[in-house]
Amino acid sequence: MNSDTLRQLRRFVDMEFRSFTREYGGMLEKLFEPLGDFLLFSERLLTQSPWPMVLAAILFAVWVTSRSLKIVLGTAATLLLIGYFGMWQDTMRTLAMIVASTLTALTLGLPIGIVMSRSDRLQRWLTPALDVMQTMPSFVYLIPVVMILGIGRVPGLLAVVVYAIPPIIRFTNLGIRLVAKDVLEAAEAFGANGLQKLFQVQLPLALPTIMGGVNQTIMMALSMVVIASMIGVPGLGQPVLKAISNQYFTQGVLNGLAIVGIAIVFDRASQAYGKRLQRHLEATHE
Amino acid sequence: MNSAATITPTASTETPQVGISLRNLYKIFGPTPEKFIGAVREGMTKQELLDKHNHVLGLRDVNIDMRPGGIQVVMGLSGSGKSTLIRHINRLIEPTAGEISVGDVNVLELGSRALRKFRGEMTSMVFQKFALFPHYTILENTEYGLRVKGISRKKRHEEAMRWIERVGLSGYEKKYPNQLSGGMQQRVGLARALANETPILLMDEAFSALDPLIRTDMQTILLDLQQDLGKTIVFITHDLDEALRLGDRIAILRDGEVIQQGTGQEIILSPADAYIANFVKNVNRGRVIRCRALAQPGEAIDGPNLNANTVLEDAARIMNAEGKDQANVVTKRGRLIGTVALSAIIGAMIPPQDPPQDPPQDPGS
Ligand SMILES: Nc1ncnc2c1ncn2[C@@H]1O[C@H](COP(=O)(O)OP(=O)(O)O)[C@@H](O)[C@H]1O
Ligand SMILES: [Mg+2]
Repeated sequence: MNSDTLRQLRRFVDMEFRSFTREYGGMLEKLFEPLGDFLLFSERLLTQSPWPMVLAAILFAVWVTSRSLKIVLGTAATLLLIGYFGMWQDTMRTLAMIVASTLTALTLGLPIGIVMSRSDRLQRWLTPALDVMQTMPSFVYLIPVVMILGIGRVPGLLAVVVYAIPPIIRFTNLGIRLVAKDVLEAAEAFGANGLQKLFQVQLPLALPTIMGGVNQTIMMALSMVVIASMIGVPGLGQPVLKAISNQYFTQGVLNGLAIVGIAIVFDRASQAYGKRLQRHLEATHE
Repeated sequence: MNSAATITPTASTETPQVGISLRNLYKIFGPTPEKFIGAVREGMTKQELLDKHNHVLGLRDVNIDMRPGGIQVVMGLSGSGKSTLIRHINRLIEPTAGEISVGDVNVLELGSRALRKFRGEMTSMVFQKFALFPHYTILENTEYGLRVKGISRKKRHEEAMRWIERVGLSGYEKKYPNQLSGGMQQRVGLARALANETPILLMDEAFSALDPLIRTDMQTILLDLQQDLGKTIVFITHDLDEALRLGDRIAILRDGEVIQQGTGQEIILSPADAYIANFVKNVNRGRVIRCRALAQPGEAIDGPNLNANTVLEDAARIMNAEGKDQANVVTKRGRLIGTVALSAIIGAMIPPQDPPQDPPQDPGS
């Protein structure tokens, strides 16, 4: 392709996209408003409540999912250190962001994964699309999102969701496909309908695998925190960005470590939860 | 014999008994089975169909009448189409051609909703590898069929507990399947099927995965239950001893075709071809063949009266003990059917000679 046609092609696509944005941008913004409200709400809840209460609530949630004293203590130590180094507010904003984007990814990804598990054709089409979504440099997502929705929390959230949703879809699809055929056949033989098979057999048996996907989605969302802060998502990414441009080495490292700390907490808690789900598979007869 | 068999005296159950009839049933696996059904009808072999058209012949022209309240065994080697056949009865597999009726229901006419209702109300299935729900407790597994049917929690708990007790698993209801041994898991499989109270029980190699001793145990449990329940049971096996022990009637399948059907005794006494003869050669005939089969019409003679259902081994024992070489064969009510000589009994107990093409036997053995 010579450089002239390339330039024309680029101009054409960009123009089209811009006019699309002018036409529908406002509408799309309206569409995503509830998402923004939810994000803002959780952010306020976490940053404006007294910190001991928030800490207690987080520890409780970690306990409920992991049932492991070790993980709870580790979480407490991490959060106290974060507070001690003055990163509490930013951490809470990041937390709100992670929770909101993970929930969004789940609500969209689960149904897509379920549908994908039922159709080999859809799987053939979606798999390469998911590959692209996962390998595309995450910066690229920012461009169209910013063009449509501008700068702020919601566009950031969307970029994170697009980047982080593939594992949920993949693992849901995989988990359901891996459910033993004979067990599914048993449900069918007893007269179960499609929904009963899905909710009584397929999803429960796929749940440990799906949890693996949730875990990965959370990790990917966390890895987007710094990048998302470039388009105005508040949280731990902002100080890191500032640290880069001003060469504040310590500030960068501290905030980076805070992100790592949260990542480990999420990872351990969700993995422990996944393990607990598999208990019935491990209890073997002797 | 169909009409006479409709009433089974041992049955004492509320569930009605229904027969199953398979008519000219064909199944071809592959993307376009309808293209080859004609050729298969005209005799294309399974191998030819596979080599030339890459389709698998599952069943060919299967006709079986399974009588209400009886145990119909379907026997055959691995790959002969047993699982395919049994899955046609509840339409887990759709036939390529043919008819399936259960009682007066034409199974192939059922829409998807009616089919699910039919599965829940008429048939229950027990699987070779148990196929229990690993994430459900024994209780939850057992009540699954009732749950699908929308029966209240309390009612289905009660029912399930009754069947858990019946198969000897009381105290295990809160355990998960993986915490139980294979034999116990299959008891759960049986309880799960029985809790549905359907007139038909489909058992696909239900005991094949179990150790021999446990297997015999399970056969006993099944026969005991059947005394009370009088269900129509379709039992798949590849094991001749199991077939003879359980089956009122046996159908033998090879490459998707029924090559012989009848009672165990009929099959042993007159195997349809060399393949079956070879199959039944090593059976302990004295424990399978009954006096009725050997009775020669005639006047009563001086000798013991033997019930027509006495197996030859027992008959020989009785005659030997009484020192007689002849006996009368009589019905349960004492009516004379005929007589039988000890020499005939011994003759029938000896396995037939191997066909001549087999290598010569060691004369000492
Ligand atoms: N879904 C299927 N697709 C293709 N071939 C099949 C399928 N199910 C069974 N078959 C073939 O049909 C034949 C009968 O199989 P099956 O009924 O499972 O035998 P059995 O239960 O007696 O071992 C075998 O040759 C098997 O490979
Ligand atoms: Mg089989």
